Amino acid sequence: MTGNSRTLGSAQEADDVARRRYLESTGRRRFARFWREFIRQRPLGTAGLVLIIVMILAAAFADVIAPYDPTAIDFADLLLPPSPEHLLGTDNFGRDVFTRILFGSRTALLVGFTASLVGCTLGLVLGVVGAYLGGRADQIVQRLMDVLLSFPLIVIAIAVVAALGTGEDKLGNVIAAITVPIIPRVARVVRSSALSIVEMPYIEAARSVGVGAVRIMFRHVAPNVFAPYLIMLTAFLGQAILLEASLSFLGLGVFEPAASWGLMLKGAGMQFLERAPWLAIAPGIAISMAVFGFNLFGDSLRDALDPRLRTG
Amino acid sequence: MVGRLLLMIPTLVGVAVLTFVIMRAVPGDIVALRYAGSSVPQDVIDQERHLLGLDRPMWEQFVTWMASIARLDLGQSLWTGNPVVEEVQARMPLSIELAIIATLFAVLLAIPLGVVAAVKQDTWIDYAIRVFSIGGLAMPSFWIGIMMVLVTLTLWGWAPPLTFTPIFEDPVANLAGLILPAIAVGYRYSAVSMRMTRSTVLEVLREDYVRTARAKGLRESLVVVRHALRNALLPVVTVVSLEFAFLIGGLVVTEQVFNLNGIGKLLVDAVAHRDYPLIQAMVVLLASVFVIVNFIVDMVYVVLDPRIRYA
Repeated sequence: MTGNSRTLGSAQEADDVARRRYLESTGRRRFARFWREFIRQRPLGTAGLVLIIVMILAAAFADVIAPYDPTAIDFADLLLPPSPEHLLGTDNFGRDVFTRILFGSRTALLVGFTASLVGCTLGLVLGVVGAYLGGRADQIVQRLMDVLLSFPLIVIAIAVVAALGTGEDKLGNVIAAITVPIIPRVARVVRSSALSIVEMPYIEAARSVGVGAVRIMFRHVAPNVFAPYLIMLTAFLGQAILLEASLSFLGLGVFEPAASWGLMLKGAGMQFLERAPWLAIAPGIAISMAVFGFNLFGDSLRDALDPRLRTG
Repeated sequence: MVGRLLLMIPTLVGVAVLTFVIMRAVPGDIVALRYAGSSVPQDVIDQERHLLGLDRPMWEQFVTWMASIARLDLGQSLWTGNPVVEEVQARMPLSIELAIIATLFAVLLAIPLGVVAAVKQDTWIDYAIRVFSIGGLAMPSFWIGIMMVLVTLTLWGWAPPLTFTPIFEDPVANLAGLILPAIAVGYRYSAVSMRMTRSTVLEVLREDYVRTARAKGLRESLVVVRHALRNALLPVVTVVSLEFAFLIGGLVVTEQVFNLNGIGKLLVDAVAHRDYPLIQAMVVLLASVFVIVNFIVDMVYVVLDPRIRYA
């Protein structure tokens, strides 16, 4: 050991070095400059960011913006076409479609954020632990991930939801169903990035001064795979919103009277396609814009943070 | 090559064990579901379970199942009583045909657009193509399907037929039923391969041999097609074929929209009914398709790229 061992005298100092490296890459000034450059150089990503912000505002202020009650049934105003009173028309229960679209963004964001955050974080943990420990445990986890990866997202989600059960107040099960198929996809990418970091001299240094395995994994390795983690978090947010819509469309997701875009397509959207096409058009556009926003933003974020990464 | 074939076996056994355990870890079996809410005496339920072999220890059920697979006997569906093979066979032609048409459409859309986007990098053409492809990823394919039905319905008063006709009986009626779902799914799947084509062509266009080809005065179209595209196709082939494998069982929602009785729908129904033999057989089948397609892709690599050799 040469020069480095003097600066890394203790576990505490090794931690400090790791923290300083991390702060350098995410410090407030760098943060502001990053976004200034992002907005200037990536028009598509900025457009995505705007869409996301609009959606978050719509969800946050749905009570204020919405002209009607999302569950108020009005049999005098069934299947009305779009008009100044009902911007996007009414459905077969006389409920205002625009209001339900606004409240649907709450469901989409809640399910999307939770599933993506939990799925990516569990994937991160599995990936980092697997890469650091290696050996038989890593092999077993990897084979398990391979098995999960040989099925499409939706098939796994359906299996989980069927296992846990569906119902009016079972939103947690829907979120869990969407979380499960995300985990192996993130774990694989994180593991491959972490494998090269585990070989770095500073990890060796931390280990040689007696830093514990758990501490190395989460203070020294994990912060360095934060870029792919962040990128996948945005990418899977869009995917999660799509999955929620698909599950609700199949009748395995959110249940009435809750507002969900997929659910709106399922019921009246299909049934009254000819008589009231606005019922099918509006929720589809809402889903597309939301996913479009997260995809555009995620793509540009990937290019800005790490051009070598491609999640395909 | 034989070694690679043999390596497929542990993966498939893993899939089999995992499916078997998970399905039985889930509360409620088919007997409980069938008599849910009715006042059937417990001994009738126990008798039914005994008849189906569900009261035996889990390892015994597993060994029985494995032994019957080895005899190529997939058993009977617990729900309909028909042999699993018949249930799957009835849906397979539709799902495979749909997957083939959708893949063809996706490739025909993706490769030209991807090449054009790469050649015209950072122009408005590139941006337009990229927005088009990200749009394909953003729009749920079942919604694209609904919108297409809406358009054909209002413009020409035409909607796809509600029943499936096998291609050998009446090719026109067969295509009429499958063309809209295939386009809806194909558009979405073209997005991924288009992005892949664009980025690999961009990479290859920076290679020395492309500069050489240009320097010796070759026409740009020849440089792009012969020198760049041929070398850029390898990763695209992977993406396209793995998606093809996913298309066979993964079109659950689109099948629902177009009222198609395919593999995806069968799987969802089987899961809902806790129809163990059917689920187990289908999961192993779908995983086999995935693993076999993976294997074929590796073999195609050898043909496309003479540098790769499997000893």
